[in-house]
Amino acid sequence: MIAAGISALLSHWHYRPLQLATLIVGLALATGLWTGVQAINSEARSSYDRAAAVLGQDTLKRLQSKTGLPITADRFVALRRAGWLVSPVVEGTLRLGRTRVRVMGIDVFTLPQGATSFGLSGDTGIADIVAGNDLVLVHPETAEALSKSGLNLRTSLQVVPGDLMADIPTAWTLLKRQDFDYLLLASDQPAGLAPLSEIAPDLERIEPDPQGDIARLTDSFHLNLTAFGFLSFAVGLFIVHATIGLAFEQRRTVIRTLRALGMPNRTVILLLLTETLVLALIAGLLGVVLGYGIAAALLPDVAATLAGLYGASVPGSLALRPDWILTGLAIAFGGALLAVGQGLWRIARMPLLAPAQPRAWAMASLKNSRWTAFAAAVFLLMSLTTAWFGGGLSAGFLTLGTLLLGAAMLLPALLILALRLGARTARSAIAEWVWADMRQQVPGLSLALMALMLALAANIGVSTMVASFRYTFTGWLDQRLASELYVAADNEAEAEALRAFLAERADAVLPIRTTEIEIVGLPVFLYGIADHATYRDHWPLLERGENVWDRVAAGDGALINEQLFRRGGYRLGDRLPVAPGWTEEIVGIYSDYGNPTGQVIVSHDRLMRYFPDIPKLRHAVRVAPERAEALVAALVGEFGLSPGNILNQADLKRFSLRVFDRTFLVTGALNTLTLGIAGFAMLAKLLTLSTMRLSQMAPVWAVGTTRATLARLEMLRTVALAFLTWLVALPVGLALAWVLLAIVNVEAFGWRLPMHIFPADWLWLLVLAMIAAGFAAAIPVWRLARTRPAEFLKVFAHER
Amino acid sequence: MSVRILAVLLVMIATGALAQGFAGLGTESDGFSNPEPGQALVFPDDHGPHPDFRIEWWYLTANLKGANGADFGLQWTLFRSALRPGADNGWSASQTFMAHAAVTTASRHFSTERFARGGIGQAGVAADPFSAWIDDWQMNSGAAAGEDPLAALHVTARGPDFSYDIKLTAAGPLVLHGDDGFSVKSTSGQASYYYSQPFYTVTGKINLPSGPVEVSGQAWLDREWSSQPLDPDQTGWDWLSLHFDDGSKLMGFRLRSRSEDAYTSATWIDPSGETTAYGDGVLQMTPGRAQKVANRALPIEWRLQLAERDLDITVEAINPNSWMETMVPYWEGPITVVGSHGGRGYLEMTGYE
Repeated sequence: MIAAGISALLSHWHYRPLQLATLIVGLALATGLWTGVQAINSEARSSYDRAAAVLGQDTLKRLQSKTGLPITADRFVALRRAGWLVSPVVEGTLRLGRTRVRVMGIDVFTLPQGATSFGLSGDTGIADIVAGNDLVLVHPETAEALSKSGLNLRTSLQVVPGDLMADIPTAWTLLKRQDFDYLLLASDQPAGLAPLSEIAPDLERIEPDPQGDIARLTDSFHLNLTAFGFLSFAVGLFIVHATIGLAFEQRRTVIRTLRALGMPNRTVILLLLTETLVLALIAGLLGVVLGYGIAAALLPDVAATLAGLYGASVPGSLALRPDWILTGLAIAFGGALLAVGQGLWRIARMPLLAPAQPRAWAMASLKNSRWTAFAAAVFLLMSLTTAWFGGGLSAGFLTLGTLLLGAAMLLPALLILALRLGARTARSAIAEWVWADMRQQVPGLSLALMALMLALAANIGVSTMVASFRYTFTGWLDQRLASELYVAADNEAEAEALRAFLAERADAVLPIRTTEIEIVGLPVFLYGIADHATYRDHWPLLERGENVWDRVAAGDGALINEQLFRRGGYRLGDRLPVAPGWTEEIVGIYSDYGNPTGQVIVSHDRLMRYFPDIPKLRHAVRVAPERAEALVAALVGEFGLSPGNILNQADLKRFSLRVFDRTFLVTGALNTLTLGIAGFAMLAKLLTLSTMRLSQMAPVWAVGTTRATLARLEMLRTVALAFLTWLVALPVGLALAWVLLAIVNVEAFGWRLPMHIFPADWLWLLVLAMIAAGFAAAIPVWRLARTRPAEFLKVFAHER
Repeated sequence: MSVRILAVLLVMIATGALAQGFAGLGTESDGFSNPEPGQALVFPDDHGPHPDFRIEWWYLTANLKGANGADFGLQWTLFRSALRPGADNGWSASQTFMAHAAVTTASRHFSTERFARGGIGQAGVAADPFSAWIDDWQMNSGAAAGEDPLAALHVTARGPDFSYDIKLTAAGPLVLHGDDGFSVKSTSGQASYYYSQPFYTVTGKINLPSGPVEVSGQAWLDREWSSQPLDPDQTGWDWLSLHFDDGSKLMGFRLRSRSEDAYTSATWIDPSGETTAYGDGVLQMTPGRAQKVANRALPIEWRLQLAERDLDITVEAINPNSWMETMVPYWEGPITVVGSHGGRGYLEMTGYE
């Protein structure tokens, strides 16, 4: 009996392979996109965890000088002799060729347990780094970048990419230092020691940071990705729900027969459940494979984004991790069960001899439309409230979520309203029928249309944000890169000659002097600039004090970039600790998009007084734009400067924009994928409805409308619904963009951007939406056009 | 004493020493000096470090009793290991140090270790006035002017759950092992310089989680240095230092080998400090009852026979679980002596896999 039941139920798929494919593809797509996003997040997080765990920063306390000054080597020895288990660390960044690395000098003899996952006894070579041959440990990716550095490299997967680990004396040589930044405190200190407050009152204990700065900074980015993943999954679920619902409805007769033959209801449900689980397993596995593919394809761009926006180093290769594979499968099962639940519940309650009436299922949702409209209003109200009163990133995302959910739930009510209004314009019977039929179609299509609406709104919102950003960025580049040429010399002598050469030929030669400093533990670039109209007229200041340029020129004030301003929580007038014994008043804040690190600008003379050894090699050159080309030619031809040492403004801008575009490639890709899935959801839903709608078409056909006309009208209806959905999506998308720019972005990147509107993009999206809807409708319409008249006649013959 | 925990020192030397375990002691000693016979030891200079030799130690073991008669064992060891011959000042670390401290009771064994590079002041040894230290652990001379610097010592160490502070006074002279301090370790001629101060009486205090304990008893200091003390074929050793009730003392060791019979050596020390050295095979060391300690079977009982001294004794661990949970683990703990002679002492066993 069970075997017969199985074959009866499965025969359904045998006759409807397309439906089976839709189901599996839908679930696999949903799982795939979700899994892909999770895989990316998981890869990035594990690399942050590694970074956060470097030298036990996540678990070990450390001692740091209260003044921010380095700790001397004698100090370390004195603390050890007093019995305190401390281990010294010297840290700094180093530019080796084109690669920037963080050098970490450690003392393997005193490194506390928990400071490294590898110890003296491992075979990772940490014992070797004290052997006196200046061995440094690096991640294989870093080793590749440093292959020409001349360093004695040893690769280790335990080292974070971009880090360089070495014994103290080796690190000292590289960093040109003789002291320490902090001391790690072993967690298990002996009893009975003199308290640190007595023997080292100038040192303070810093609590371990289990998360790490990078993880915190990038949190919002990953939340973004997750939100995208979830959106896709939700859209994918619509597909599954539609297909499974249809399959259940179509099998009602089979089920009725099975039960009439004596199969217990419980067995039927068990069989259907088993079928669902098997399908979910197949689709889930496919989805995980797909997700891996998506993640592997996107990860290099994500890595580029993370490096560009936050300076976070994430390897560009993907590791298979059980966490996202398992969650991928789990979500496939969860999704399938969620989709099948309603159908199973109905079958469980179905009277033994219930008539098979598929229409009832499609119509059922109509009753809910009032409730959904009410819920929508509640969500939208919530969204407004959080936007108004909320603060911080979580409030931003709550605003986003409730806005999208509310708008989606309001969609059917809005569509019906629009169609009612539209119906008033109808002047012929057929037109009236078309309007009425469209309205009648809304409940059945509402889930698919909601999915489309969400995808469209997300598209509009995100692309408005990115385009606004790009627009601002381009304008900012024009301000920031005001000089026509940027030239560098290879050595001081050449630089001297270069300045003399340019003095006669250019309008102005502005020195660019920079060095790296640390402000509250974060690397910051310190620039010294000459007083010149180039800066006074162009520099993009967001906030400024009185006579800002005069004060900077007089060496009595510093400008800081927006990133440092927001991260450090500074205000105008605060004093910034630039270097030991040097603080500077903050007199202005400038925008500095696309730069992960902080920046400080002071007067050139003041910088050179504190850091006299900064190489004087780089210059910005002002020259009339039309003479720039000639000057480049002269620099290369007459002066003999290598062309690689000259950058012109146009090239720099091009390069900057390319970096920018690459940064947002991921968002674009996810956007397109979501839209694609929404299109597929439409297709699935229309396929579901097309067979059911035969009974509505038949009378219209019977009164003389040709099948071709019916098909055309059917196509028109679908495209019109897509158009209406796009109309609703437009304000939702703009609201989304506003939330992204005004709330989420500030939290995520540390920049506030003005919103710009790009109607051309919306029209392009409309075209895409229509095409997607057209494609989705194509198969059902084609079927309708080829339906044999006998089929239409059957509707009357079977009239119940 | 004998070869001791040389391997631990080699950990820090070049690659892979640890992977070879105790057998790593048999590695090459390029550039380092090697012990030569007939080279007279000079004091107090030789109490200090010998940076041209690869390895060296200051090794103190004590058999103590609390006021209530409970037995305690105590260990303080400073190992020196050279990455390159010669002593440099600064962080380039040609010399490295490792230290072990332990306290053993009948039921508990506390142990801990420290590491440091030489040349920066965190750890080191000075000959006169004698001082050996690492972090806040120390072994400082309290000897009067003109006395041997090792005649009186002040020794402290501290671990996460124990600490001690003891004073030692030597009641006898320094003792040279082997041929006037040249101690041979294998039939193929590996050797070390080796002398001891076995005549210490001790008083002091041990702090344990259960509270402080006043202790007194006897202690034995070993000094040894070499560059390649083991034959590559030798896999480990069993070493003993014994204080007999009649005031005489015995040092004995047995080096196990892959290919040959074990190599033994012993020094008999009269209560006056007069020594007799016994070469390979004279001292018989027979492992007795074994017990599973740290997942390996270890003989916690031994039979020792030295016919020329009418010696036939059995030694037994006071605490069979005297396992040093250090980077290179080994067994080291106090023992009792019964048989033809009574007494107490210390046993060390290494290289048991």
